[in-house]
Amino acid sequence: MSIIIDKVSHVYGEHTAMAVKALNEISLVIPDGQFIGLIGHTGSGKSTLVQHLNGLMKATSGAIYFNGEDIDADGFNRKLLRSKVGLVFQYPEHQLFEVDVFTDVCFGPKNLGLSKKEVELRAYEALKLVGLDDDYFYQSPFDLSGGQKRRVAIAGVLAMKPEVLILDEPTAGLDPKGRDEILDQIFRLKNEMGITVILVSHSMEDVAKYVDRIIVMNKGSILYDDEPREVFRHYEALEEVGLAAPQVTYIMKELRDHGYEVSDEVTTIDEAKEEIIRYFKNSVRK
Amino acid sequence: MLRDITLGQYYQADSIIHRLDPRVKLGSTIIFIISLFLFNGAAGYLVAAVFLALVIKLSRVPFRFMIKGMKAILFLLMITVVFNLFLTPGEPLIRVWTLTITKEGVRLAILLAMRLSFLIIGSSVMTLTTTPNQLTDGMEKMLGPLKKIKVPVHEIAMMMSIALRFIPILMEETDKIMKAQLARGADFESGNLIKKAKSLVPLLVPLFISAFRRANDLAMAMEARCYRGGEYRTKMKPLHYGRKDWIAYIMVGSYLIIGILASKFLPIVAGEIIARFWS
Amino acid sequence: MGIIEVKDLVYEYIRRDEEGNVEGITTAVDDVNLDIAQGDFVAILGHNGSGKSTLAKHLNAILYPAEGTVWVDGKDTKQDQYLWDIRQTAGMVFQNPDNQIIGQMVEEDVGFGPENMGVPTKEIWERVEESLKAVGMYEFRKSSPNKLSGGQKQRVSIAGVIAMHPKCIILDEPTAMLDPKGRKEVIRAVRALNDVERITVILITHYMEEVIYADRVYVMDKGKITLQGTPREVFSEVDRLRDLRLDVPQVTVLAHELRKEGFPIPRGILTKQEFREAIDQCRQML
Repeated sequence: MSIIIDKVSHVYGEHTAMAVKALNEISLVIPDGQFIGLIGHTGSGKSTLVQHLNGLMKATSGAIYFNGEDIDADGFNRKLLRSKVGLVFQYPEHQLFEVDVFTDVCFGPKNLGLSKKEVELRAYEALKLVGLDDDYFYQSPFDLSGGQKRRVAIAGVLAMKPEVLILDEPTAGLDPKGRDEILDQIFRLKNEMGITVILVSHSMEDVAKYVDRIIVMNKGSILYDDEPREVFRHYEALEEVGLAAPQVTYIMKELRDHGYEVSDEVTTIDEAKEEIIRYFKNSVRK
Repeated sequence: MLRDITLGQYYQADSIIHRLDPRVKLGSTIIFIISLFLFNGAAGYLVAAVFLALVIKLSRVPFRFMIKGMKAILFLLMITVVFNLFLTPGEPLIRVWTLTITKEGVRLAILLAMRLSFLIIGSSVMTLTTTPNQLTDGMEKMLGPLKKIKVPVHEIAMMMSIALRFIPILMEETDKIMKAQLARGADFESGNLIKKAKSLVPLLVPLFISAFRRANDLAMAMEARCYRGGEYRTKMKPLHYGRKDWIAYIMVGSYLIIGILASKFLPIVAGEIIARFWS
Repeated sequence: MGIIEVKDLVYEYIRRDEEGNVEGITTAVDDVNLDIAQGDFVAILGHNGSGKSTLAKHLNAILYPAEGTVWVDGKDTKQDQYLWDIRQTAGMVFQNPDNQIIGQMVEEDVGFGPENMGVPTKEIWERVEESLKAVGMYEFRKSSPNKLSGGQKQRVSIAGVIAMHPKCIILDEPTAMLDPKGRKEVIRAVRALNDVERITVILITHYMEEVIYADRVYVMDKGKITLQGTPREVFSEVDRLRDLRLDVPQVTVLAHELRKEGFPIPRGILTKQEFREAIDQCRQML
């Protein structure tokens, strides 16, 4: 169960004067069960890339293989692909339309042609996975708060039981509280379901805490693809493309620049704390 | 497909057509449209085509932008052509099974197709070279006298200008919602008409909700910027006719006269020539 | 009395069910008092639903108090004859950049406010030019707003308000929908207005790093002001802020964590330089 992206390019408005190369020969392997952060500023091509993974957009050149099958081949079941590679768009609450929360979540599995019982079972499970209380199930989705609406929308995709879950800026427009809750929930359900999760974001600080691997995109190409600490090591280059490492990385650099022998390969507050304490303990010993 | 609709899209360029008073452009578009209905033969349409080509050339808007608007009405165009082709009684040309294509049918189909395309391209020239704000300003001023009989001219003009501003935004939104529902396994294509209509619910409900939310936000933003209808309002870009505008009026007038004369006399003159050549 | 004074403000809205029967009353703003001096940079923080946006809408007479009084430049917002004066004195920028731009061309949008106020044509042009220059968007004056980035759109919105020559500008979460680059652009423009033009700024946000430069910070929760003071005073209350689920800058949290470990670091560290100086102090003590 993996996705292989082989030299995929995408050109908007091909053969016109305004042709824009949104993706430029991207090659990636996305194995099972990874938690990936896909980072880039607005217009870097990250949203375009993820829409290729479930066949909503077609590559201008190159190929994408899902479990070894070319998704552009004739006879490939694209509808099934969309259920296996679940894509949650930005501001997903804008897609809610049913009279109540539960019916809305049923929409996805119903489209897969499952039995009524199976549909409802999946909807129930999905709503539980996103941590929504039973009290809300028969309320209109439009009466919920922003964060709750977003959970319902995520459940709508989860109910299709995807093997890969892609979330495009799942925290956009939420306040810090809502953001932390959603990210914690995604992290939890990733561990419970053991699926691959791709988190598309422009915030390094958001993803640093959670992911195993960070892919940085810039101008339609891949700039870095590595573990978070390896990627953040290039914070100067990241800044040039409009991104930034977490603030703690800069704090440690400030200390290093003033003669402290601390590591600047630090990405979280806890690591920074440990590192500073270690430094002082060593100094005392000397 | 949705992005292809150019109506209401402004194309920024520095041309004589862009600089014309919007009233001239509005008036000329109306005259042009009327002329399309006055002309009934090849001669008139030849004049119209030359005139349109000249205006497009002067506008410095690439031609493909003009015909982009056509894609949206292609379906309508095809229906018109097919209906007229098969359903016009007259002298039969070809007979396919129970359907007959008549000479009159071919003529009418071509005429209507031309009329419709010219109409769309002609109006696109106006919308592509005039910002909606200018357009509504022009309309407001042209319809100004109607205020005396209590027609809310300013309000209508403002509504139109806002509608035009939000068309591209709502188009983009439609595209996004459509993709989001496709990702949830929605199917907008297969099935019969009823099923297809039903499949639009997941698209239309969110779209309406979003449109209402935007309308609400916008009303608040306008109020916060002291908007209170047309009273007391001054204009950033007040309209004054200049020399180029009068020249444009004269040119459009001449076009109309030449067109009418051409459709009346050109076939006769052409007939004479052919007749003389024949003998 | 300052440019804006709020006394014992209460605002409630009535929730109704589908038949229009009263279901309950929500108190969105609960007994709030504010006094903002001309030229100040004030930040109001709080998560979604804390009442901060409702409060903001009172400052520009979009909402009227249920109890208490709001004065803008000495004028009571409840009195109809002052309505247009108040809206001109206290301009407002909203969250969604797409839903507040009226014009189809940047300069036409900026001219919208002055047009409504009946400013003579020649002066409108002067105001549009200076306003666009103030936010650094002059070169885009002929562009369509649809072609701009989120940060640029918000700067146009700000210019649209400045062109009305307000004494005070209220920004209701202007950066919530923007990416980090757009956020920086907007905040830089806002700070310049305050520093250079001496316009009073009231910034409503949930991003803590945007309020570091404010003269005064108010934190709202459940319709009340729960914390207030200079940024340093407010950020000293790390635990309190975390309880309110607000984001504290990482440097402040790191300093706080180290102090808990026994490091003699002062409260309310706001920048990495301050942090490094505090660590320098610690090292000298060894």
